[in-house]
Amino acid sequence: MPEPMGFYTDTTVCIGCKACEVACKEWNQLPATNGGRATLSGDSYDNTRRLDGIHWRHVKFIEQFAPDRRDGRWLMMSDVCKHCVRAGCLEVCPTGAIIRTEFDTVVIQSDVCNGCRDCIGACPFGVIDINPVSGTAQKCTLCYDRMRAGMTPACAQACPTTSINFGTIRELKQKAQARVEQLHGRGERGAYLYGADEQMLGGLNSFYLLVDKPEVYGLPPDPKLPSRNLKPGSLWSALGAVVIGVVGLISLRTRRTDDA
Amino acid sequence: MPSTFFTEPPHWRWLIILYFFFGGLAGGCYVLASMLDLGRPERFWHMMLQSATWRPMLKTYSPMSLGAWGLLVFGGFAFLSFLGALADGGRRRGFAFLSPPAPIGVIVSVLGGLAGFFLVSYTGVLLAVTNRPIWSDTTLLGAVFLVSSASTSIALLLLLGSSRVFLVGGLKALQRFDMIVLGLELLTLAALVVSLGSLARVWLNAWGALLVLGVVGIGIVVPLLLHAGAHTPVSPTARLAAVLVLVGGFLLRVVIVLSSEAI
Repeated sequence: MPEPMGFYTDTTVCIGCKACEVACKEWNQLPATNGGRATLSGDSYDNTRRLDGIHWRHVKFIEQFAPDRRDGRWLMMSDVCKHCVRAGCLEVCPTGAIIRTEFDTVVIQSDVCNGCRDCIGACPFGVIDINPVSGTAQKCTLCYDRMRAGMTPACAQACPTTSINFGTIRELKQKAQARVEQLHGRGERGAYLYGADEQMLGGLNSFYLLVDKPEVYGLPPDPKLPSRNLKPGSLWSALGAVVIGVVGLISLRTRRTDDA
Repeated sequence: MPSTFFTEPPHWRWLIILYFFFGGLAGGCYVLASMLDLGRPERFWHMMLQSATWRPMLKTYSPMSLGAWGLLVFGGFAFLSFLGALADGGRRRGFAFLSPPAPIGVIVSVLGGLAGFFLVSYTGVLLAVTNRPIWSDTTLLGAVFLVSSASTSIALLLLLGSSRVFLVGGLKALQRFDMIVLGLELLTLAALVVSLGSLARVWLNAWGALLVLGVVGIGIVVPLLLHAGAHTPVSPTARLAAVLVLVGGFLLRVVIVLSSEAI
């Protein structure tokens, strides 16, 4: 059994080149949007807009500038499936199409998925969507096919600044921790790791080094598992069924009285 | 901002609304509408069988998986009861054993009724077991859908039932039952809004207006007043009330599904 593998993305060295997006699309043969006729989003340099069935990598551009533009900075972040150790999508999938691999990653088997969309709403990060070509839910596989062959995922291979690091989770955590300490030492006190510890969904096998609040990057501050609502939701429903059932039985009794 | 606001809507939209609505009314339309909503309907069977091992595919912690099985079980019981009803109607008398008061008939209708309760409420639990705004921010949607299914089903029976099919006394009882259930529905909807807490502010828009005017006003309050003023359960006033209850039940599912999908 191989060790758990994943991504550590250091957003402080991302230059927004989108090589990861291109490499991902090429390797995974994902179709272009609108048959290749690009439309501009008007949101900074981001025309990919979001992760979905045909965008498994998405470089976010966050502009933080003073109104007079004297001071400011760019935050760039290459977003991807978090390959959660406790994954909401895997939990709700009714077909068993979503599996955990030997690398501890989360993969949707496209030949099993029937496109019920439950995983789309279950993902705390809004990563998954339907690929219109296959009619099934799709997302990053962490290049399962390349990993099986001992290769680096296409995005990490293409990243020119090693913002996207690929390796064993153990090594990545050490590397990320060292980088946080280095940044703290240089005065960037806001640097921290998002999803590296087990508090967040058992740990994210794709975790991030961030320098601002998660919300700024479009990441949920407190992602949860969908199954948290299963038991209370079922109990309230059962209570409702009992109340309606009892009221109904009493009404039926009344009917018999009326008939007589 | 709550974490649910960082997710993507699954865009279940109109087919799901129809699915929830007819699901509250009857199993047959329900099966069709749910299968049509799959991206790959021909792969529905992946919800029943594991393709590699041919073992049953059942995840007790996934409402979508439980629901697929619930549909099958409910459909089976509905079919058995249908055969029993044929015998009651004078055709196929050989199936009379499937109709109460025959012992097997009683068992079929009790188990089928339980499957029905499951079917009308799991859809609400299905929405709750996600990470979407509104849906996963309350645990009451299953109960809300269940109570609403009761009121719409009673309304449908009131409309279909004439004094020839039901005794007028039976219809009167149904009408009283409807009024109690509509009262319960008001309480459940109030509890739903309370359970959302400050998040209920997301309904300060057209969806909230539709919830108050359409679901509560047209679908509950007006029918209650009409029923109270109706002389007989077959009068035009009572029939209008039943139609409005059906409209309100439909609008409830529209508001719940689309107000979240819009975020």
